[in-house]
Amino acid sequence: MAKIRTFFVYLILSLGAIAMMMPFYWMLITAFKAPAEAISMPPTWWPNEFHWRNFVEAWNKVPWLRYFFNTALIAVLTLIGNLITSILAAYPLAMIKFKGRDKVFLLFLATMMIPMPVYIIPGYLILTYLGWIDTYAALIVPWMVNVFSIFLLRQHIKTIPSELWDAARIDGCSRFRFLWQIIVPLIKPAIATIAIFSIVSSWNSFLWPLVVTNSKYLRPIQVGLAYFTQEQSTDYTLLAAAATFTILPLIILFLFAQKHIINSFSRSGMKY
Amino acid sequence: MIVRLRKFTPWLYILPALLLLLLFKIVPIILSFGVSFFRWDMAGPSKFIFLSNYQSVLTDQIFWQSAMNTLYYAIGAVPLSMAFSLFFAILLNSISRAKTLFRTIYYLPVVTSIVAVSVVWKWVYHPTGGLINGILSLVGIQGPNWLQEWRGIGEVITGWELPYAVQGPSVALICLIILSVWKSLGYNTLIFLAGLQGIPQEYYEAAQIDGAGVWQRFRHITWPMLSPTTFYVFLMSTIISFQVFAPVWLMTGPPAGGPLGTTNVIVYYLYEKAFKFFHYGAASATAFILFIILLVLTVIQRKYTERRVFYG
Repeated sequence: MAKIRTFFVYLILSLGAIAMMMPFYWMLITAFKAPAEAISMPPTWWPNEFHWRNFVEAWNKVPWLRYFFNTALIAVLTLIGNLITSILAAYPLAMIKFKGRDKVFLLFLATMMIPMPVYIIPGYLILTYLGWIDTYAALIVPWMVNVFSIFLLRQHIKTIPSELWDAARIDGCSRFRFLWQIIVPLIKPAIATIAIFSIVSSWNSFLWPLVVTNSKYLRPIQVGLAYFTQEQSTDYTLLAAAATFTILPLIILFLFAQKHIINSFSRSGMKY
Repeated sequence: MIVRLRKFTPWLYILPALLLLLLFKIVPIILSFGVSFFRWDMAGPSKFIFLSNYQSVLTDQIFWQSAMNTLYYAIGAVPLSMAFSLFFAILLNSISRAKTLFRTIYYLPVVTSIVAVSVVWKWVYHPTGGLINGILSLVGIQGPNWLQEWRGIGEVITGWELPYAVQGPSVALICLIILSVWKSLGYNTLIFLAGLQGIPQEYYEAAQIDGAGVWQRFRHITWPMLSPTTFYVFLMSTIISFQVFAPVWLMTGPPAGGPLGTTNVIVYYLYEKAFKFFHYGAASATAFILFIILLVLTVIQRKYTERRVFYG
């Protein structure tokens, strides 16, 4: 009885898994099909012939390399900024008693309640005013602060006993040095969570870069892919190939850092 | 002097974060409120018109259509995704082997970007060569052009010509709902799974001794014990659903939001107002209306689930 039940549980889970993977499978085999084969009915479930050329052709249509570079640059600089601002801000919020601390922290938390679509228009107007539209700065600087990161680090720093600071102070350690040489190594796991969160967000961000860039050469990968779909709306083999190579890097990252990614997603309440 | 400086040290640490937040989050949201009272286009603000933007948005039929569609989207996507993910979470919780494998597979759509996912699903729904019509063709059915089907689900099922108000979401919008369920499933499953693992095993053992069946155990242990998680997932998914944008931009139309505006949603409406017609004032008013709706939901969520959100 128990065995039959286990069997059915695995059966249902497997069917679910197949359903989840089907769209990816469909994309992958389409990427290898000839254009005529891709739109034939009934469809083929395995390419008649593997057209690797689709990838080459899709790759050569638009400056993908530039898009990847832009995304990598944005991701790295956003991450660095994010880590610096959040480590610096989290430390006094967690460890130093000062006037106005709780108020500032509340203000920070309140900004988490503003959903992205609400500030694209005023954000856009401010960037226009700063003359930042169509610059890397527009894609990076607004994202160099993240309240979730500050919150998470603060929670972690709070668990560190304050005696540690007393001891360090007696030994003549400055606050700044204490933060970087003692606190930071102690909160490495939280920093890893933030790093992953930041990189994945940068990689997948769409609405903001869509709005603040016009030039083709500033597009990050998702915006590049979006415009590519509009320009290539007829040939699905090329679209499937492009979708494949834009998805791949993140899937590889996911397979390696699965636990961290899942952790960081569910803790942050990140949008999917 | 030094004592005085010390007082400022914490602020120096906080300054970078504070400045960035002020400039890109706090000032914008205040500005947004201000902009919504002006006639404001590419040339800048031209006239203070107070509530006229709100009036024009709230009397705009397209706004109401997009609001209605957004509501349909949330009402469709949220419960469906929750039901499936709870189901899969319970199954996953009961097995010992291959757990990681299933978890990875279910989670893949979550990490994949919404843009790539939309590209893939547009192809899945394609009339010729799409996965769905491909499967249908195996049993001899010629599937429709899903994303161009503007008829409401009510009309498709009953075959009657129904008035617009009671037609329900269009088939095209339901296609987007299904995509959303697929994309969010892994995320919600893992949150439910974490919730399930927090239920003490002893309860089930005790219930089993008392002769409680599978359903009774679910109804009287799992469901009540899981309610904070369920509530969190519900609000979170609703908040996210109200912000749907990319699939509309990428999969529907042309023009996006079609066919006949049946996949237009609030964020797309706002985007179009601002960046196609350059009516920043009206767009800001829309944004503020959306903000109020989401704020209410977020406040409820934070109030009840602060612990859950962050200690997961």
